[in-house]
Amino acid sequence: MSNVPADLRYTKDHEWVKVAADGTATIGITDHAQAALGDVTFVDLPKVGQSFGHGDVFGTVESVKAASDLYSPISCEVLAANGDLNNSPDLVNREPYGGAWMIKVKVKNAAELASLLDAAGYSAIL
Amino acid sequence: MSETLARTPLYALHVELGGRIVPFAGWEMPVQYTGIIDEHMAVRKTAGLFDVSHMGEARVRGRDAAAFLDGIMTNDMATIRVGMARYTVMCQPDGGCVDDLIVYRLADTEFLICLNASNAQKDIAWMRSLVGHQQVEIIDECSAWAQLAIQGPVAEKVLSEVTALPLATIKRFGFLIGEVAGAAGCIVSRTGYTGSPGFEIYLPADSAEKVARALLAAGQPHGLVPAGLGARDSLRLEAHYPLYGHEISERISPIQAGLGWTVKFAKPAFVGREALHRQAEGGPSSSVILFSLEDRRIARQGAAVFAGQTQVGEVLSGTLSPVLNKPIGTALVAAGFADSRELTVDIRGLRLPLHIAVAPFVK
Repeated sequence: MSNVPADLRYTKDHEWVKVAADGTATIGITDHAQAALGDVTFVDLPKVGQSFGHGDVFGTVESVKAASDLYSPISCEVLAANGDLNNSPDLVNREPYGGAWMIKVKVKNAAELASLLDAAGYSAIL
Repeated sequence: MSETLARTPLYALHVELGGRIVPFAGWEMPVQYTGIIDEHMAVRKTAGLFDVSHMGEARVRGRDAAAFLDGIMTNDMATIRVGMARYTVMCQPDGGCVDDLIVYRLADTEFLICLNASNAQKDIAWMRSLVGHQQVEIIDECSAWAQLAIQGPVAEKVLSEVTALPLATIKRFGFLIGEVAGAAGCIVSRTGYTGSPGFEIYLPADSAEKVARALLAAGQPHGLVPAGLGARDSLRLEAHYPLYGHEISERISPIQAGLGWTVKFAKPAFVGREALHRQAEGGPSSSVILFSLEDRRIARQGAAVFAGQTQVGEVLSGTLSPVLNKPIGTALVAAGFADSRELTVDIRGLRLPLHIAVAPFVK
């Protein structure tokens, strides 16, 4: 069974969002997503300062089998992108909720956070 | 997709071993167990065991069997010695490929042909349509046989622990028939689809699980792992072996695919000879190249290949080569570009330089 940490929010597209008190959030893909992708070989992430609307494609994650778009769970501006994934894309398989965070963002519309799934809600769609 | 998917005799074993099951060519097959890259590297360094029971088999026998096969296959068939096998293509009159196959000569007038899973029924119907007045019988044995492939440097050692057959005497593309792990009537051939040494074993379907378990048990101390179709695909691409529907197809002939060595124009007549001869003489309008990229992005099937701003081809297969740790693939490119140093491939709007390889990435 997939690991679904209780302290994160989720999308039905299998991204996780960790919301901080200071109006920022960290985004990655879930354990279920990495398992479904198989060996991740490349992660294409946006540059700092880029903005995305809710549901926009912010990057791509590639496995041996397929390339999959990453969808922005919320409207946001990119504050940081995880450079470790350039050299170690396999972190996505090993530490989907830790070392393989993808972007840190400034939350543009806090109201959108309410539309994210909680751990129970996400587990229910797996 | 509403069609019912078939399962090999090893389906339950795949599930038990943690295989991730996906639909492939009408079958439910394991794409991977632990991971494609791990399984790929196991085959290069130790060994992997593949269930390839989805492949089809047809027995062709009768007084005219050898002559019949010579008339429908591009390669020489009558000259195959009993106990040997040969790779060949079966073509349409226009030179397009019906399938690529391995033909085993069991006796003077008896052959076993290994067919691609996706083409098996088409192939059998095609062959039967060409029999005419020849004395030859084509028997569909697809469900009678299971197939295992044990591939990698320790494959022979592992296999030798479960069979008394003198494996060392089997030449490349040779085979012996005998008992493997207590199952009688197995065909053990020194063939494969990985670019690493090893064997393919044709075995009665009801013996498959017993033999697979015996091989896994014998191989475990030597580093043998179960391997899925994902690794099978990346292995064959590193070795530049064609996959039907990608490098060869009804629209890509063996001449275009770089398989001219399998087309024997010295034979007076075989289906497709005239069209293939024209291509070989005049040069085909397009041909298949093998390439690598200096990037992490994989150029996948359908990606456009450019010379300057002009599209001159498209990608046929693409993956990450675990051995090179970079993307590799094949592409069909227009005549004149098969040794170009100026090609690029479009990946999600980025144009990346494509480096044409002159030899397979593994020997």
